[in-house]
Amino acid sequence: MLSIRNLSKTYASAGEPIHVLRGVDLDVEAGERVALTGESGSGKSTLLHLIAGLDAADGGTITLEGSEITGLSDSARAALRRDRLGLVFQQYNLIPSLSVEDNLAFQARIAGRHDTAWHAELVERLGLGSLLKRYPEQLSGGQQQRVAIGRALAIKPSLLLADEPTGNLDEATADDVLALARDLVARTGCGLLMVTHSLHLAATLDRRVTLHAGVVT
Amino acid sequence: MRRALWILAVLSSHWRRHPMQLATLLIGLISATALWSGVQAINQQARHAYDRAAATFGGARTAMLVATDGAAIPQELFVKLRRAGWPVSPVVEGRVQVNGRSFRLLGIEPVTLPAEVGNAPSLSGRDFRAFVAPPGETLVARETLADLEAAEGASPEISNGARLPPLRVRPQLVPDVLVVDIGVAQRILNKPGQVSRLLLGKIKGKPAPLASAAGDRLQLVEPSAETELERLTDSFHLNLTAFGLLSFFVGLFIVNSAIGLAFEQRLPMLRTLRACGASARLLNTVLVVELVALALVAGLVGLVCGYVIAAALLPDVVASLRGLYGAEIPGQLTLRGEWWLAGVGISIAGALIAAASSLVKAIRLSVLATAQPHAWQQAQHRWLKSQSAAALAVFAVALLLLHYGNSLIAGFGLLAALMLGAALILPALLEIVLRLGQRRARAPLALWFWADSRQQLSGLSLALMALLLALAVNVGVSTMVESFSRTFLSWLNGRLAADVYVSAPDNARAIAIRSWLSERSDVDAVLSGGRAEVQIEGQPVELLGLPDHALYRERWPLLETAPRAWTQLVPGNAAFVSEQLSRRLDIRIGDVVEIPAPGGTWSVDIAGIYADYGNPKGQLTVNVAALMRHFPQTPQTRMGLIVPHAKIPALIAALRRQFALDDRSVADQATVKAESIRIFNRTFAVTSALNAFTLGVAGIALLTSLLTLANSRLPQLAPLWAIGITRPRLAAIELTKTLAVALFTALLALPLGLLVAWCLIAIVNVKAFGWRLPFHVFPLQLAELVGVALIASLAAALLPMLRLARMRPAELAKVFANER
Amino acid sequence: MSAETISRRGFAGGLAALALARRASAQGYAGLGENAGGFAQVTPGKIFSFPGDHGPHPDFRIEWWYLTANLTDANGAACGVQWTLFRQATAAGPQREGWANQQLWMGHAAVTRADTHRFNELFARGGVGQAGVEAKPFAAWIDAWEMKGVAATDDRTLAPLAVNASGADFSYALTLQSDRALVLQGDAGYSRKSERGQASYYYSQPFFRARGSLTIDDRTIEVSGLAWMDREWSSQPLAPDQSGWDWMSLHLASGDKLMLYRLRQADGRDAPFGNWISADGRTQQIAAADIAMTPGAQVEIAGRKLPVEWRIAIASRAFSIACKPLNPRAWMGTGFSYWEGPIGFSGSHDGVGYLELTGY
Repeated sequence: MLSIRNLSKTYASAGEPIHVLRGVDLDVEAGERVALTGESGSGKSTLLHLIAGLDAADGGTITLEGSEITGLSDSARAALRRDRLGLVFQQYNLIPSLSVEDNLAFQARIAGRHDTAWHAELVERLGLGSLLKRYPEQLSGGQQQRVAIGRALAIKPSLLLADEPTGNLDEATADDVLALARDLVARTGCGLLMVTHSLHLAATLDRRVTLHAGVVT
Repeated sequence: MRRALWILAVLSSHWRRHPMQLATLLIGLISATALWSGVQAINQQARHAYDRAAATFGGARTAMLVATDGAAIPQELFVKLRRAGWPVSPVVEGRVQVNGRSFRLLGIEPVTLPAEVGNAPSLSGRDFRAFVAPPGETLVARETLADLEAAEGASPEISNGARLPPLRVRPQLVPDVLVVDIGVAQRILNKPGQVSRLLLGKIKGKPAPLASAAGDRLQLVEPSAETELERLTDSFHLNLTAFGLLSFFVGLFIVNSAIGLAFEQRLPMLRTLRACGASARLLNTVLVVELVALALVAGLVGLVCGYVIAAALLPDVVASLRGLYGAEIPGQLTLRGEWWLAGVGISIAGALIAAASSLVKAIRLSVLATAQPHAWQQAQHRWLKSQSAAALAVFAVALLLLHYGNSLIAGFGLLAALMLGAALILPALLEIVLRLGQRRARAPLALWFWADSRQQLSGLSLALMALLLALAVNVGVSTMVESFSRTFLSWLNGRLAADVYVSAPDNARAIAIRSWLSERSDVDAVLSGGRAEVQIEGQPVELLGLPDHALYRERWPLLETAPRAWTQLVPGNAAFVSEQLSRRLDIRIGDVVEIPAPGGTWSVDIAGIYADYGNPKGQLTVNVAALMRHFPQTPQTRMGLIVPHAKIPALIAALRRQFALDDRSVADQATVKAESIRIFNRTFAVTSALNAFTLGVAGIALLTSLLTLANSRLPQLAPLWAIGITRPRLAAIELTKTLAVALFTALLALPLGLLVAWCLIAIVNVKAFGWRLPFHVFPLQLAELVGVALIASLAAALLPMLRLARMRPAELAKVFANER
Repeated sequence: MSAETISRRGFAGGLAALALARRASAQGYAGLGENAGGFAQVTPGKIFSFPGDHGPHPDFRIEWWYLTANLTDANGAACGVQWTLFRQATAAGPQREGWANQQLWMGHAAVTRADTHRFNELFARGGVGQAGVEAKPFAAWIDAWEMKGVAATDDRTLAPLAVNASGADFSYALTLQSDRALVLQGDAGYSRKSERGQASYYYSQPFFRARGSLTIDDRTIEVSGLAWMDREWSSQPLAPDQSGWDWMSLHLASGDKLMLYRLRQADGRDAPFGNWISADGRTQQIAAADIAMTPGAQVEIAGRKLPVEWRIAIASRAFSIACKPLNPRAWMGTGFSYWEGPIGFSGSHDGVGYLELTGY
């Protein structure tokens, strides 16, 4: 479903080019849950950003469900994120001025496919029923990340991209949240690509790939 | 569309959570729009009135032929010109008194009146016959009907016993004007066969040369785009506009800081929205739409406020314009569609300008928060450097304007450049002061005090700049007004030398009054003057004839004199020139001025220059006997009486009884003086009101900046609280800091304000009114203004400080728990 | 009756337009159908006396001095010239002095060629000398336009005269000569306009020979030809149900002259009138039943349909012609508007003339 071939990315820093990705090849099948590990600075987040279309690659191809996304314009990439991808970050990135309920619903709404039944199921499964009227600042970290996962899955994406989603959480909470995420991914049948530095968490997924010196090993 | 609406809903959820920020933004926009459009409403009203006047008078907007000697034109010349193919139309003009009030009577000839004259009374069908056929009609504006205290259809009696034709309202006419058929005007004004001027229509074909038909008796006056009245009142309106503009920019300062803050706070939200798939173009569009919608709402509210302001100021403006320039403006505010559109337009444009930098940042926003932000010191340092460079460039412009500028616009340009430069350099100066303070500080808390003040500078600087501008303008304007006030009062004391002033309705009655007065023992002297009007180098000039009397020699205020100036005046070959005229025509003492008189040119040596404040016309003062020799037709209806103080009331009462004179026609010195001062005060009432408004807007700017800063300052204050400084203590330190920078700003505003006053007095006034005032500094007034500034700052700082002092410890603790 | 419907010769309509302040509008106040109360009445049996009757008759409501000329230039190209001075009294009674005078004056002038038509109008109030007419020596003027005799001008022929007028883009100056006497129209100068007594005093000088120059757009050409002057005054020449008229003056190649007009009535009974003037100056009224005036092709100008072509037949004189305009667009777009232009005709007789159409 996701197919990456020979992907490369270079940043210029203080006149010195840094080759972050040097020809990454990676495939994720539908419904497959893949952990992406590697040391700090190995390019995990960059790879995730390129897949999400948040940044443009310098070479290689990314193909999602048969269509290539590397050459897309900014607005086409935005549409791709909106309609087919779910993103979860370490910093939760909730909208502080919206209530939990609105935060959950808002990507689905701008994508134009808000599904009330699915929304209710998400609330139920994520255990957010009593928190709907609260604002993000009134939630704990684990609760916030659950909202962020719910928001990402509300559009029933083809692929869920998560960047250290539990990095700010204690281990017990992290396990809870991740278990929820795994269940929901299974429920929707979408793929999951999760960046993590925790081997413990990586072991709970179907497969683990490691990024080292800009290539998948 | 739905998508855009969702994004708009998400974006605006920010305002729901931060209502104070929204209020700040709206207040900024509203105050910017309100003062600007209020001033525009007044200017528009006045301009409309001038247009009406220009059109009705067949005035400056129409080309015309006038007599070269300034005398009346014989009617035969009109016929002769028509028969030579000149499309001229005769106009007879004069003044008549009804119920003691003076009106301009205008006799027109509707058949030949050029169609281009514009707002000429439209005479169609039956109206035409009613206007020209006996008894005819008197066309008046609705306001004039009220002034005449008469109903439509009435025939008021004028002071010479004649009756006006029945009154008829024509809304498009200006107030103060009575329009009648030319034949009626000639009869009422006792000018049979005479024409005041000939309006010139569009020439079709090729008429004979003017000289062959009229010799050198007539001269062509080309139409000017700007009427005399507009030229004279320009400075007044420019003054209003400058204030409006200033408030507008101060308002925009507020908007800018509010939007900047909101943008910073919404930055993560914008990134999340992009990450969730909102395209950059859509997001930017929605941001602009949101801003325009807010500006639209604020613009409409601002317009309503502007209307209220204009309506409140209008009576004073009307009184000033009438008192200073004789310009008649309806006191009822009428607003046009353009005004509403322009107001909303300026609100939107202002919001876009104020938001420009934030919008550009939003457009360039990358989804990933990549580059590490510079440390605040570095960022601030660069910002101060670029601001100071801009300030120096603006000061350079100011120098150029001072050196090469020679117009009123250049004068205002200089003022604007001075103030803009000072505002731009203010943060750098504050930074220097704070750095010096920091260097000297030893105690840790003091060190923190200075260092933290420096860090706050960028957040507060816009509000401080607004405060600086408002204060400087206040200092400048108050100094000018006070200088003018002093000068004017002492001048008035010199000019109003006689004890009683009498103005007779006509020459015959003036003679009767004089002979009656000469037989009374309680009148020591009758000083009978006269006034004639001529054109010198295309300028309307008033000739004032004064009798030779010791009183004038002692008290008439002269700015410059030749030796034995008054004695030179007596034989009639010397004159004094008013300061305005001397500047306008570049006349100096010893120059010779040639006055066109009915009997030929009258050459006079200039023996003195005198102040003539408040007179829009240039003036030459000559001996009254000489004036009567050269202008025998001059009516001598005004006289000043020297009367022992105790006998004044009885004399006035007797005069009123004997000659049926009303309040306007006979008054004692005190009354005349009081009236002059009243007009003077009303003129500056407008200025003071706008001054106060501007200061108020600056206060709001300060308040809103402090309020918005207060929230973001918690992380800075929380550590201090954590190490044991109590909340009230923290609040006190914060307050001291705010007051210190405000005080410094206020102190800086004083020299700037004095510079502004100097510009107003030495450049703007000279160009606008033609007079230069002595420059005074009023320390008490300055101290008062600094006090006002501090009180305004205190008021603005108090609310956020109180909030801080009362803040629950949990809120402060959260900074550590939840630092993001 | 509105000003739109009044008219032969633009007449008071034009002066009514004066009151409209040069904004052509359908309303007016001096309709010719208005009651003539207070003004002198036109009655049969007047004895005309000259030069006195060349001058104004201020007791009558309306009056005109009307000249049309059919000219040709050196190349034989036809052109036409019109010069008219209208007088109207806004009130009856003795003449008031100066600006109070109740007379209003209006001048119309035009030049017409096959390819262009130029016109201008002027307005003036009486009493001050800006416009007026004097009988001896004859002078009619408004502003710079004049129609002027000299000391030697003969009262019986009203010749010689000098005429000039101008506008923004044209001007002309003509001298008029004639050796034949004035002609009284209608019944010895009494011209009946309806069965209900409406009438005017009407005489003409149809035998003018004109010569002079005319300038259009700064190009001056020498011209010569025939001219026709009408003098008419009345206080109420139209009946209330008469909407306008079609008038023509014809110069026959034989030297005979023919004046014809038709008053259009609401009931459709359009009454034709005519006078046949022999080359020797004798005049004879033509019976209404003898005249057939048939409108032909129309042009549309300013939203009006104007019959600019005509067929004319007078059975008793074996007269049958077709008239065509020199320039079908000879529209006088003045404050009071009408069609006035030169025509040519052929058939049993050939010649040139002028056509006027009002009240359309």
